[in-house]
Amino acid sequence: MIIIVDYGMGNLGSVLNMFKKVGASAKISSDLDEISKAKKILLPGVGAFDTAMKRIKDTGMTEILNQKALVDKIPILGICLGMQLLTNKSEEGKLPGLGWIEGETFNFKDRIDCSLKVPHMGWNIVDINKENAITNNFKGEVRFYFVHSYFVKVKNPNNSMMTTSYGITFDSAIVRDNIFGAQFHPEKSHKFGMNLFKNFAKI
Amino acid sequence: MLRIRVIPCLQLIDESLVKTIKFGKYGYIGDPINTVRIFNELEVDELCFLDIRATKEKREPNLKILSEIANECFMPLSYGGGVKDLETAKKILSIGFEKIVLNTSAYLNPKLVSEIASYSGNQSVIGSIDFKKNIFGKYQVFTHDGTQKQSKDPVIWAKELEELGAGELLLTSMDNDGTWRGYDIDLLNRITSVVNIPVIANGGAGNISHIKDVVKKSNVSAVALGSMVVYQAEGLGVLVNFPDKDKLNNALD
Repeated sequence: MIIIVDYGMGNLGSVLNMFKKVGASAKISSDLDEISKAKKILLPGVGAFDTAMKRIKDTGMTEILNQKALVDKIPILGICLGMQLLTNKSEEGKLPGLGWIEGETFNFKDRIDCSLKVPHMGWNIVDINKENAITNNFKGEVRFYFVHSYFVKVKNPNNSMMTTSYGITFDSAIVRDNIFGAQFHPEKSHKFGMNLFKNFAKI
Repeated sequence: MLRIRVIPCLQLIDESLVKTIKFGKYGYIGDPINTVRIFNELEVDELCFLDIRATKEKREPNLKILSEIANECFMPLSYGGGVKDLETAKKILSIGFEKIVLNTSAYLNPKLVSEIASYSGNQSVIGSIDFKKNIFGKYQVFTHDGTQKQSKDPVIWAKELEELGAGELLLTSMDNDGTWRGYDIDLLNRITSVVNIPVIANGGAGNISHIKDVVKKSNVSAVALGSMVVYQAEGLGVLVNFPDKDKLNNALD
């Protein structure tokens, strides 16, 4: 069972819908006991970095998530803000991130040409630079739907799974062992998203 | 680089899909669920649904149809029509739509734009403006499905919507709606030159060269298609379709 962690940030219905569509059993939950028994975890997120980190802490999820990610080493996928939380910190907030993958989250503004609109919103191409279980069966041009104002750069190039360009080249998907992150919204990226979710469900 | 989004903009009247001409008479297109299945297979970028009569007929958004749509669609979805308060917007967002389109309700209650934006982010609110030229060539804003003329200038109203927190604007030419004769590039340009948020051009697309034209001559971030994606051609029968990928890519380059 994949547990979609509900800590009060973002739109979980479409994530659940897509897992159903690819035939994976998944459940939205904020129950600590259920999360601690999860075989796989999806960490969603839309909203502000600090609000998310604070909610995770206030709901008592921090220790459980650390245990699942770093000790039990179950597959975990963070999407959108959920991926930014995997890094050490973000220019969006003051609180530290989960820090499971070394890297930082930066603001697009001031770093890209001002003619480019922020948020980076729409379909964009990803380049896969590290093959693993998540990247199976992607052929030809691979594109996903993005909506974000902050982007991630990992410290160690080995942790960069996919990159995308929007005025600057950033890490659009990241990986470290059992921990995966995707900046884009697989749940809104039809066949490409379904393939990624299917791969995650199969790990 | 980011490509221009091409968005089928589908009109609902409660549970039926329709297509209007100049906001007036409309043709019946069919069942929305069957239609979205086709758009799924065509892998369209994004879909926009507008219940064009919800406000006028004082109906609440049809959450049953919207959840059926969200269960079928794995692409960005926006909805507009009869969203009068934050609670209703929350319900639609929780179903799996990520953007709420506000037209009449934004005009009558601008605070609602800010409320939704602070609840779920600016990217989740599309400010929608229906506009029409009067006999002196002056652009005017209309609400209530194009039946009530308002006093604000569309360019000023667009700027205000941005300031209120709208993350995007949907600009619909009532004169061009359903006419297959191309977008109103003039007003689109006036608005894109004063706002910093993405603008979606709507009303009038009849072929790929209209798309090419508006992309080349204005600074829009997205184009909405209506008649073109639900009819075989002007004056012909219903056919749910989407422009050929290669031709579209050429037009957007």
